[in-house]
Amino acid sequence: MPQPKSDLTTRSDLKSARSELKSASAAPRSAGSAHHRTYRLVFPPVSGVFRPRLVALSVVLAAGTFVLFCWGLTTGDYPIGFTDVVRALVGSGDPGTVLVVEELRLPRALVGLLAGIAFGVSGALFQTMTRNPLASPDMIGLTQGAGTAVVAGIVLGWDGGLGTQALGLLGALVTALTVYALAWRRGTTGYRIILVGIGVAWICTSATDYLVAKGGRFQAQAALGWLVGNLNGRTWGQVGPLAVALAVLLPTALLLGRLLRTLQLGDDVATGLGTRVQPVRLAILLTGVGLIAFATASAGPVAFVALAAPQIAQRLAGTAWPPTVASGLTGALVVLGGDLIARTLISGTELPVGIVTGVLGAPVLLWLLVRANRAGSGG
Amino acid sequence: MTGKRVRPVLLVTLLGTVLAVLCLLSLALGAANIPPDQVISALFGDAPSRFVDNVVWSARIPRTALGLTAGAALGLAGALMQALTRNPLADPGVLGVSAGAAFAIVLAVGVLGINSLYGYVWFAFGGALIATVAVYLLGGLGRSGMTPVKLALAGIAVTSMLWSFTQAIVLTDVDALNKYRFWSAGSLAEADNGMVWRVLPFLVIGAALALACAPALNSLALGDDVAASLGRRLGLVRLAGVAAITLLTGAAVAVIGPVVFLGLVVPHVARVLAQAAGIGPDQRWLLPLSAVLAPILLLAADILGRLVARPTEIQAGVLVAFIGGPFFIAMVRRRNLAEV
Repeated sequence: MPQPKSDLTTRSDLKSARSELKSASAAPRSAGSAHHRTYRLVFPPVSGVFRPRLVALSVVLAAGTFVLFCWGLTTGDYPIGFTDVVRALVGSGDPGTVLVVEELRLPRALVGLLAGIAFGVSGALFQTMTRNPLASPDMIGLTQGAGTAVVAGIVLGWDGGLGTQALGLLGALVTALTVYALAWRRGTTGYRIILVGIGVAWICTSATDYLVAKGGRFQAQAALGWLVGNLNGRTWGQVGPLAVALAVLLPTALLLGRLLRTLQLGDDVATGLGTRVQPVRLAILLTGVGLIAFATASAGPVAFVALAAPQIAQRLAGTAWPPTVASGLTGALVVLGGDLIARTLISGTELPVGIVTGVLGAPVLLWLLVRANRAGSGG
Repeated sequence: MTGKRVRPVLLVTLLGTVLAVLCLLSLALGAANIPPDQVISALFGDAPSRFVDNVVWSARIPRTALGLTAGAALGLAGALMQALTRNPLADPGVLGVSAGAAFAIVLAVGVLGINSLYGYVWFAFGGALIATVAVYLLGGLGRSGMTPVKLALAGIAVTSMLWSFTQAIVLTDVDALNKYRFWSAGSLAEADNGMVWRVLPFLVIGAALALACAPALNSLALGDDVAASLGRRLGLVRLAGVAAITLLTGAAVAVIGPVVFLGLVVPHVARVLAQAAGIGPDQRWLLPLSAVLAPILLLAADILGRLVARPTEIQAGVLVAFIGGPFFIAMVRRRNLAEV
């Protein structure tokens, strides 16, 4: 009976082919020897992994970010040419143009750039630490916590550059510690932290609603405008604290990156490799919270950037974890691009950037969920 | 036999009294407080002044009636969802059904310009139904089947997505923004006289369907296979359940906005009370109990919201979420998120 026999072989062939496919998609690194190359220097005695694709991607992303940054500076009520913008940036050219670029448009673009980087890096830190793509700061309530604190500041009358930043930091920190403490039960498993975070996020949102309702009409208006994630009317007062925070926190995040990767192998393996798990985790948590807090205080809670940017960067780089630098650049690209779309989509009105990132980012969230469920890692 | 009957009777009397007291308070308290005796005389058509008559009949009674009906609808929908999915985290708010209805309503009002309740309530039903099916499919993906956590995550993902879309519509329309802000948090303040009557038919049909499901839900609690072997037609039960959830949530959201967590908390309280009264987890009791407890919670939140932030009001939904959020976290923290 040759017929059934051949049928059987085909089926087993199919099965093995499918399992091969599955293993390839589950661990892209195993198939990716072309993606990376180890190097070892005799002097100074360092070794590491060189990933051409990741480096190339970062360069492309940086170039794209620069183009969008300048493009953002050219558009507005008073259009300025690309070359004029570049010339105004270095301080030469028509004084009027320099004024418009440096006083009105540059703060906005800088807040977009820096906040985007901060969102992306923070998301990458959290997603790597919890080993869960859904555990980004905007899903587990940190953004909402910062939002509640900032709105409390606006409504109760502590508005203004540094006040807002400090309040955002405080809110995010308190929320992070609350979520961590509530989700703790002999370690924090990935999904408990998300669901607890969602509960906390809901409480924070209610508190914000309460404050908005309690506040006067003008304060409520200001709070609402801020709550969607908005780059309109940013000033140098918002750029300063954000830039200082990034100058401290970004190098920390990069230094933590290597430790983060050992942490991703699981606590036991990480301990075996000599990583002091708890201090490292605390450091990552604080860095991630700081980044998200300062970004949120300056730009408002721009929806889904921290969730989507690291995942996009990871897919583009073909790595098994969200790469830190590329995530930050993707975040900046998303925020600046979103702001451009928001400004030019409907002429006359300026949509907040958070609307655009929300509408574009939401399907990414659903897709991540479908993937997690398919892989069987969900719940 | 008598000893077994007394405690349920006591429970029903107790809840009825609490609800009656809350109704009276809801009629009496607010921007202008009216003494209870004047409220009662106004109810019997002999108000001490025109002002009292006006406040009670044209503002407070519609509002209280709306709280009673919409609250009961959401509580019933929550209990039904928890029983159907055997999932302790199920709630019209958490599983995206309210968000679906809300998005559809905003779409109808903001984009298509439909302003009558009978115009957009159909959109609410459609949105609720689509969101229910989407979350159900999304949560059931994968080998481990539909676990409580997966279903809740799917619901929250769908909710976030719909929320973004809703925001995009609302923020392009400045006029709609203010009205939407109040409605979106879940509020009874917009109640007018005809509102309750207009949604009542949908709510009655939904409630009847839900209660008709109760015996079958008791079998379903033993597992799909056992329920089927007991002669329950699972497809029919699910269909009726989803229809009831759609009607109840869609109509409630259309009038009071998406209130989150009401349907989550109430069935758990009902279960505890039923246990204490010696009834046990019998859906024929749990569903009506939830329908009574939910208005108690919603009215209490509404009354509190009128008092804490005078002269403005806090939306009832905000206060319900304040209570419901910690409850949700406590549920998640339970050692094993067992199926109900």
